[in-house]
Amino acid sequence: MRDVYVAGVAMIRFGRYPDRDVPDLGAEAVLLALKDAGLGIRDVEMMAAGCLFQANAMVGQRILQEVGQTGIPVVNVANACATGSTAFREAWMAVASGMHDVALAVGVEQMGKMGLLGGGGGSGIRTEGVVGSGLMPAVFGQAGMEHMRKYGTTREQFAKVAVKNHEHSTRNPLSQYRNAVTLDDVLNARMVAYPNTLYMCCPTGDGAAAAVVVSPEKARQLGAKVKVLASILTSDPWSDRDLTLPDVNTLTRNAAAQAWKRAGVGPDDLDLVELHDCFATAELLHYENLGLCKEGEAGRLVDEGETAHGGRVPVNVSGGLLSKGHPLGATGVAGVFEVTSHLRGSAGERQVEGAKVGLSHVIGLGSACTINVLAA
Amino acid sequence: MAARRPIVPFLRVPDDGEPYLVGERCKACGSVYLGKRRACSKCTATGPFEEVRLSRNGTLWVWSIVHQSMPGVPVPYVVGIVDLPEGVSVRCNITDVEPDPARLRFGMPVEMTTGVSQQDREGNDVVAFYFRPARG
Repeated sequence: MRDVYVAGVAMIRFGRYPDRDVPDLGAEAVLLALKDAGLGIRDVEMMAAGCLFQANAMVGQRILQEVGQTGIPVVNVANACATGSTAFREAWMAVASGMHDVALAVGVEQMGKMGLLGGGGGSGIRTEGVVGSGLMPAVFGQAGMEHMRKYGTTREQFAKVAVKNHEHSTRNPLSQYRNAVTLDDVLNARMVAYPNTLYMCCPTGDGAAAAVVVSPEKARQLGAKVKVLASILTSDPWSDRDLTLPDVNTLTRNAAAQAWKRAGVGPDDLDLVELHDCFATAELLHYENLGLCKEGEAGRLVDEGETAHGGRVPVNVSGGLLSKGHPLGATGVAGVFEVTSHLRGSAGERQVEGAKVGLSHVIGLGSACTINVLAA
Repeated sequence: MAARRPIVPFLRVPDDGEPYLVGERCKACGSVYLGKRRACSKCTATGPFEEVRLSRNGTLWVWSIVHQSMPGVPVPYVVGIVDLPEGVSVRCNITDVEPDPARLRFGMPVEMTTGVSQQDREGNDVVAFYFRPARG
């Protein structure tokens, strides 16, 4: 395995683009990332494309049909919400293995307003609301309730995550929403699935992001300084209740342990973290899963502002999934974009000053976990 | 006359008597699963498995109250994860309780009920299971 560098990154603002299609959104991100790298599509030797809702529709090739059909190998990946970050890891592997010197990862999604509620069962028998709930708000609501059960975490502490991330998003021009909300706003908002209210749930939306990764030699030529210290992918190992209520903790802990080992850094070295706050409850779980605090201390961490911009370890300064948005396939690549931007000092108003090491984490329920550790 | 069919494969609906849940126990490591499988996901043994009849009483591990759902699903409803004494947990609706956080507590004893939830396309009665606060 050899070192891999991030040479170019881009994302388009997350939001709603009803008049555009998936290849068009992806193509825009690809061209921006290539420009950022100082490369053209003819320099790209392989491509990994992530799009969940069109996983059977050759999204990578359709993007190349818009930006240049060079005949390179393309893999289309699907891994639930970890789809984009898995595409990034495919590109990373292509370069790390020595097979290619320049690889492109793109993640794109067009969800419309229904999001995951749009799917319909084929059997004609309704189980939702009869045999419990398989919907994401309830799954992550119950995952948060486990933390409440174990540690006495409060509804207010979960709500503070939403306040923080929405505040962060006011500084991010690429965020789908850019409105600050108060704790009262969050607590009094419409309940979606207890304890998560509307502001504690990520929105549906459309978006795209792309990243170009290169070999050390290419990185020297291009002046690329951001290095991938680790790119980890895990699946859910057996654990109690995982088959009933997906366990989002164990596979994240496994990924984190592997990341520290490979990267040679630990949680104390992180200057910023972009983690998978699909729901406010999830963010607190991952503070502990990623070792940002001790067991049971996640509530205290958000209470004391340690994960706010300017705090000890800023989390989701982009606005997070809660406000920046979560177009499934795009999310993982957008996390790499965000961390890379800070490491380069190009994150504008939301810049974490002097950031040297950052981590991007994604969970795809069912389950997949990716962690990418990047360093300047 | 319409037939009765279970909403999930691990619910048994006998012609006479109450419907009940069944699990598959790995004889190598003792793990219990809902539904048949080719190997144990915990210990990876490919068998043998034995069918076990699951208890009607358990405890509530965690819960949520769903206020926004798929089109056509009445809200709100209380959902939860119930731990059964055989060492397996089930996802279910919690019935006979107000959709109010003050009415629910971790670890509360619950008991199973069953009933017809809907008809399938062929007009058969679809039997579902639910858990409610235990009345013991």
